[in-house]
Amino acid sequence: MVLYYCGPPKGPQPLKQTDRKMSKSQTLIDKLWSMHEIVRRDDGASLLWVDRHYVHEGSFHAFSQMKKRGRNVAEPQLTFGVADHYVPTRGRDGGIANPEIAAMVRNLEANTGENQITLFGLRDPRQGIVHVVGPEQGLTLPGLLIVCGDSHTSTHGAFGAYAFGIGASEVAHVLMTQTLWQKKPKRMRITVDGTLGTGIAAKDIALSIIARIRADGAQGHAIEFSGSAIRALSMEGRLTLCNLSIEAGGRCGMVAPDATTFAYLKGRPFAPKGSDFDRAVETWSALISDADASFDREVLLNANEIAPIVTWGTTPDDASPVDGRVPDPARESDVTRAKYLREALDYMGLAPGTKLTDIAVDRVFIGSCTNSRIEDLRAAAAVLSGRVSKVPGLVSPGSSSVKRQAEEEGLDKIFRDAGLEWADSGCSMCVGINGDLVPSGERCASTTNRNFRGRQGPGARTHLMSPAMVAAAAVSGHLADVRPLLTGRKA
Amino acid sequence: MDKFVRLTATACPLSLPNLNTDQILPARYLKWPRSKGLGTVLFDDVRLDANGKPRDDFAFNDEAYRGAKVLLAGRNFGGGSSREAAVYALYDHGFRCVVAPSFGDIFSQNAVKNGLLTAIAAESDIEKLAALVRETPSQPVTVDLEKQTVSGNGISFKFMIDPTSRNQLLNGWDDVDLTESYRDQVAAFKAKDKTLRPWAAPAKP
Repeated sequence: MVLYYCGPPKGPQPLKQTDRKMSKSQTLIDKLWSMHEIVRRDDGASLLWVDRHYVHEGSFHAFSQMKKRGRNVAEPQLTFGVADHYVPTRGRDGGIANPEIAAMVRNLEANTGENQITLFGLRDPRQGIVHVVGPEQGLTLPGLLIVCGDSHTSTHGAFGAYAFGIGASEVAHVLMTQTLWQKKPKRMRITVDGTLGTGIAAKDIALSIIARIRADGAQGHAIEFSGSAIRALSMEGRLTLCNLSIEAGGRCGMVAPDATTFAYLKGRPFAPKGSDFDRAVETWSALISDADASFDREVLLNANEIAPIVTWGTTPDDASPVDGRVPDPARESDVTRAKYLREALDYMGLAPGTKLTDIAVDRVFIGSCTNSRIEDLRAAAAVLSGRVSKVPGLVSPGSSSVKRQAEEEGLDKIFRDAGLEWADSGCSMCVGINGDLVPSGERCASTTNRNFRGRQGPGARTHLMSPAMVAAAAVSGHLADVRPLLTGRKA
Repeated sequence: MDKFVRLTATACPLSLPNLNTDQILPARYLKWPRSKGLGTVLFDDVRLDANGKPRDDFAFNDEAYRGAKVLLAGRNFGGGSSREAAVYALYDHGFRCVVAPSFGDIFSQNAVKNGLLTAIAAESDIEKLAALVRETPSQPVTVDLEKQTVSGNGISFKFMIDPTSRNQLLNGWDDVDLTESYRDQVAAFKAKDKTLRPWAAPAKP
């Protein structure tokens, strides 16, 4: 695979302030920034207005900070709660068995209830993963500034929103003031031109980018994704791509809104309606980078050359086309890198030089804010249909709405017939804090976003890939190229 | 928030790259209130082996570095999850400054809100100091935020930090109080924005 990379050499980014050429031409990032800037301090920090604030069970530190100050939520009608991180995905109709987890969910119910915040709670038919629910409810719109105490908030940038994850202190600040102090990031454009091959998904684009620019390649930058291959992506694909911006170090990623965006939003419950929607579309249509606008960094990829990608190590940039091999630390000249590789391979239980397709898996997981939307489930089902998984696995749809739709389409039957478990919606086995864990030492082919040590459970070994590639691993019993499995099928 | 101006303390060398927030504080501890002692489970999954025994090859476990307030870390420290509890765990364990070639963006921002300095320095400088610290762990190092220098064991080097973060740490500013001082500007923005972007408010479902 040939990837063209134009920009400064890899490595730490100097924080030196560079003079940006003053120009009337603006990038999408500049336009979104100026729409939300209330004041700018002499030291460069700007106070920004926040349009949507999503909270979840993990936001309890922030609510405590607010209470400690004796303050209230400034704009409850712009704040929405979702129970996702801790909710059980199995047998939850009978309540939550684990008392600690039950307390986390109750705590969110109390904090949102006391503050008049709309909650998509455990029993709500709209419940799901916050980064799936926001878009499908029409809460996430182009031109909005969206924050949430979760690093994958970058997902919402798929609509041309300025969306990023924040920590508890910032969550508390937004709760109390509906504003946030931020320093304007540098601007990076990642252009992907060309046409994706059969069986290649947004996940493969994202992992190709991360492998190229590395897990910290976009630190300090906001990313705009552009190019013909991005335009051709559905909203689901764009959401996956923007979701993974943070795995390249970028706090936010975005795609300029277009007809695909507007068609997705029309008729969504919280989106503007009737003539309000038409007027909004007029404004949203201007949310594009001007033709002559300049970026601090540019990265180019050719979509025609993107292959199915899998990860083999313990950061998402440890990713290779599936026909590759596990690297050999002995061939690495950089001492620090060689040491890192030895530790990563030791943790992953992999021998240097192993063919990636020779790596046997113990289980599979399809879910998470990265890849649990209806299109993801369809892609996995297209491979699994009429086949049997050689390993156990869990499928957790991204929201209760996605679950209902998948069941209407008969996808649940395909997963069940293949031997996989069809569960309820939540963050589930991506982060494991609801109890859905990969046992220690087991290897999981997963549609999630992080292959960090212990991410899916202490000692768990994670290989990241697209939903179709996870399905291929399931029916093969080892990492496998999905493309031959799609012959004669509708991908 | 505590101010940070200057610190003289011993350091712990931890050269591993990509120590993300899942490694700093594993997710299973995220439901703990801070008062339960997040500092005691710092780095648990990298610190301990599969049997729960401290790993000899993880410097943090070495008695010689007990009480260190400065962490000399590798590239891309604190990437990944936005969990601020990773900062609480470092701070509550006693660290006041992390020196690394690069940091996760959200981690850096969380750190400054809690008085933890994230100093960006050249990998070669950090490695040089780390080697000296390994020889004589009891020798303190000094981190000076005004001068933006790290010095000790006979060497000294500059570090970088975003000027906004530097200001906030030097002054111990509280964001909420600061924002209050712009109350009028916020109100004016809100009023004008309602007419400019009527579609920005959620519609009634």
